Amino acid sequence: MAGKPVLYYYNARGKMECIRWLLAAAGVEFEEKFMETSEDLEKLIKDGRLMFQQLPMVEIDGMTLVQSRAILNYIATKYDLYGKDAKERALIDMYTEGIIDLTDMMLRVVTCFPDQREAKISLAKDKAKSRYLPAYEQVLKSHRQDYLVGNRLTRVDIHLLEVLLYVEELDSSLLAPFPLLKALKSRISSLPNVKKFLQPGSQRKPPYDEKIIEKAKKIFKFQPS
Amino acid sequence: MCETTVAAMAGKPVLYYWDARGRMECIRWLLAAAGVEFEEKFIETPADMEKLIKDGRLMFQQVPMVEIDGMTLVQTRAILNYIATKYNLYGKDAKERALIDMYTEGILDLSEMMLQVVISLPEQREAKISLVKEKTKNRYLPAYEKVLKSHGQDYLVGNRLTKVDIHLLELLLYVEELDSSLLAPFPLLKALKSRISSLPNVKKFLQPGSQRKPPPDMKRIEEARKAFKF
Repeated sequence: MAGKPVLYYYNARGKMECIRWLLAAAGVEFEEKFMETSEDLEKLIKDGRLMFQQLPMVEIDGMTLVQSRAILNYIATKYDLYGKDAKERALIDMYTEGIIDLTDMMLRVVTCFPDQREAKISLAKDKAKSRYLPAYEQVLKSHRQDYLVGNRLTRVDIHLLEVLLYVEELDSSLLAPFPLLKALKSRISSLPNVKKFLQPGSQRKPPYDEKIIEKAKKIFKFQPS
Repeated sequence: MCETTVAAMAGKPVLYYWDARGRMECIRWLLAAAGVEFEEKFIETPADMEKLIKDGRLMFQQVPMVEIDGMTLVQTRAILNYIATKYNLYGKDAKERALIDMYTEGILDLSEMMLQVVISLPEQREAKISLVKEKTKNRYLPAYEKVLKSHGQDYLVGNRLTKVDIHLLELLLYVEELDSSLLAPFPLLKALKSRISSLPNVKKFLQPGSQRKPPPDMKRIEEARKAFKF
């Protein structure tokens, strides 16, 4: 028990999934406590464990951390997935932020009012195709290396694989014009820890269905944005 | 772009954005607090923006963009993190950085809410202002007051100045602009605001004539909205 990070969220991808991916890629075992009801969330708030009354929250190394970037940055540093110096970190951060922006767009497809869903899907597809996928294909083309930064695995390769799988779920034809991204997707998927995480039975969460969304709305007393 | 090259070769960072606070202001604050001189190239017309995009200098076709140390960086957090690391304003180890990141993210969330007030359509503005005031009063200010109370130190993390003290001061000034009564119940925040404002580089930045940008002018925002279509 001692030493395992504990993840507090609901049993879905949401804003915790990128953290699950990074821990898994680093070969770190973790526990999860799922919010089943709004009372579960209220208890965490009442106990003062959520600095901004929000999830994700992760207990790790004696800290109670909220804010997904803070959590990701800590994990990446600890497991040496954050590049070798400040300049590599700058590139990693820049690339990561673009991925987070695209991931957020996809999350809004799920959390928006139903009558907005079509428009949000179109937006996500359009941005993936015209802004984000070309940007990352160009990075790989510029250095022809197997990884995005520094010629070795860093966190951003994991973040990118994750979002490429979501792009594929959204519309499998979107990846077709991007051979280097497809090759990276294949390569990173084959890394032992990642391969394991991709198999059934891992802590990876499935795509959303209406049931999960309804449950999340109750727990978070949802106001779609 | 001759001027840019000269400035860049002189070692000065060059900031590309509109002549407004927006998402660049926190970067201006951090550079100023670190005592770093910087140049600015303002986007004035859609053609300026299109040129930057066409020249392939904006990875995601967005600003802020900063040229620094031979890199062309976009994304506010990437830029802030690099500056903070370079000028030793990012704590002494990973655990301090985790706290700094956590606290910074809360500040960025509230700043984003405030930015939404500025760029939202006029008919949505009342509701957005109410939301910002409510979150400021009930979520964010109490959280940072509590941090200061927990250790009784002069700075948020590690008993010395880090990036998050600068981010917080900037935010507190915007809170005060929004509604000066919001800070009243938070003595430790008021004291920090005073202390950080007195640091030499910060004091200089707070004076007229610095590169600090004024509150948004709603007329200019509406003009920009038409031109840049947001």
